[in-house]
Amino acid sequence: MNKTHDNRAWLLVLPVVLLVAFNAVIPLMTVVNYSVQDVFDATHRTFVGADWYRDTLHNQRLHHALERQFVFSGLVLLIELPLGVAIALMMPKRGGWATSLTLVLIALPLLIPWNVIGTIWIVFLRPDIGLLGHFIDHTLGIHFDYPTVPIQAWVSVMLMEVWHWTSLVALLAYAGLRAIPDAYYQAAHIDGASPWAVFRYIQLPKMRGVLTIAILLRFMDSFLIYTEPFVLTGGGPGDSTTFLSIYLVKLAIGEFDVGRAGAFSIIYLLIVLAFSYVFYQVLQRVGTGEAK
Amino acid sequence: MKPRARDVGLVLYLAVLLLPIYWMLNMSLRENSDIMSELAFFPHRPTFHNYLQILTDPSWYMGYVNSFAYVSMNTIISLVVALPAAYAFSRYRFLGDKHLFFWLLTNRMAPAAVFLLPVFQLYTALGLIDTRLAVALAHTLFNVPLAVWILEGFMSGVPKEIDETALIDGYSLPKFFLTVFIPLIRAGVGVTAFFCFMFSWVELLFARTLTVTAAKPIAAVMTRTVSASGLDWGLLSAAGMLTIVPGALVIYFVRNYIAKGFALGRV
Repeated sequence: MNKTHDNRAWLLVLPVVLLVAFNAVIPLMTVVNYSVQDVFDATHRTFVGADWYRDTLHNQRLHHALERQFVFSGLVLLIELPLGVAIALMMPKRGGWATSLTLVLIALPLLIPWNVIGTIWIVFLRPDIGLLGHFIDHTLGIHFDYPTVPIQAWVSVMLMEVWHWTSLVALLAYAGLRAIPDAYYQAAHIDGASPWAVFRYIQLPKMRGVLTIAILLRFMDSFLIYTEPFVLTGGGPGDSTTFLSIYLVKLAIGEFDVGRAGAFSIIYLLIVLAFSYVFYQVLQRVGTGEAK
Repeated sequence: MKPRARDVGLVLYLAVLLLPIYWMLNMSLRENSDIMSELAFFPHRPTFHNYLQILTDPSWYMGYVNSFAYVSMNTIISLVVALPAAYAFSRYRFLGDKHLFFWLLTNRMAPAAVFLLPVFQLYTALGLIDTRLAVALAHTLFNVPLAVWILEGFMSGVPKEIDETALIDGYSLPKFFLTVFIPLIRAGVGVTAFFCFMFSWVELLFARTLTVTAAKPIAAVMTRTVSASGLDWGLLSAAGMLTIVPGALVIYFVRNYIAKGFALGRV
């Protein structure tokens, strides 16, 4: 679209900038402030320069949390994207009660408060009162005790995450599919295009916008995940499901180690930004190359 | 894919999706002693006792009122500030527009855990702690950027000729915006409101940190079910089930906008 060059547009953007600056810039400055000081109490603090940063970069527990985080977010994207698109393709095309019902049911997990998500899965996975936990433990005969077995804790958290968020990908992909005019399908039908060709050359390119949003949102949100695994496993057993945010809250609130937590926060933020920026750029380029 | 296989696949997926929720519903209809004594797929002695306890006790149901109040406030604030901003991004080029757009998005990406302590201190200094407004404002941190992003996509789908024609016809920009443009993108407004509602409703870290008693969200009130005798699973499940209801209603209202589809012009 041809845009008019007009700097007065800043006036329209100003409320957003002020509001977000209030919520983000002031707190961010506070975090930066903490990250270069050693705070004992309200009156005793010393400037320590980059000490906390150096300390953070050599912190083994943090390295492990970061590795866990990458594995987790990678798995999330690998599982949820194809699954979400597949579900969107299975959803009914025409309106009507079946479509409404499907949409409401699929969206349901997205609208449950995150700690309730954790609670649902605790209730579902407990070997004594949970359906799935009981099934694995008693019917399959596999000793199931996710709070003490790291691999089971991991599988449980992944299961909960896929259950929780695949719907978002499915809904976005579905919205993208619905925006494709019927004429495209008719043309493909006349040309005798295979279902795969329809998917590859019509549906996938047309879903570019919504899938970009889906990838960005799923990457960011899985990278920031806190509440659900915290409720389900508390980051345990040991540190095995301690993701970055869980570790950060442990440091900042639990141990009130605000200097270390501040430096950690800044580094954490930079990692997320770097990745999101790369995703954003790559996907925009891929998109413009294919769609126009 | 044959239509048959497709439907079977979808029904199977929906069944898997609903099973954990059904299990909580099952729990919520049983007394705690009953839950602990046997595993049953259906409640044999169904009771609404847990729900009654929540709906008759103000310290319980005020949690729902609080959550609902700050979520609604947040949705309104987010839409009001995001609409003009999204219009600016979709129609004008201005100094630093691209950087500003990405900067806004970065706030959607910032870990809440990073801002927890400083946001708490900021709102304490302003005397906003334990108010619904505090939570509504704090949630704009991630909802406003998202709202701008989604709305901008919808607005870019409206041809610019419509703006130009209206302005030639003598509409002022605000009048055009409110009476012509917003009705044109009402699907986008619906979808945006849905996402704002959703992300504010489910967030707990800020909501819990910024409230003490007066504005406590329902999700935080739920921790009360832990007592000296252990967890009351029935009560906990009933409270959880009730948190699902508002979301289900909201998605029911916007389902048509999603069913109609949106492609989101620019990412």
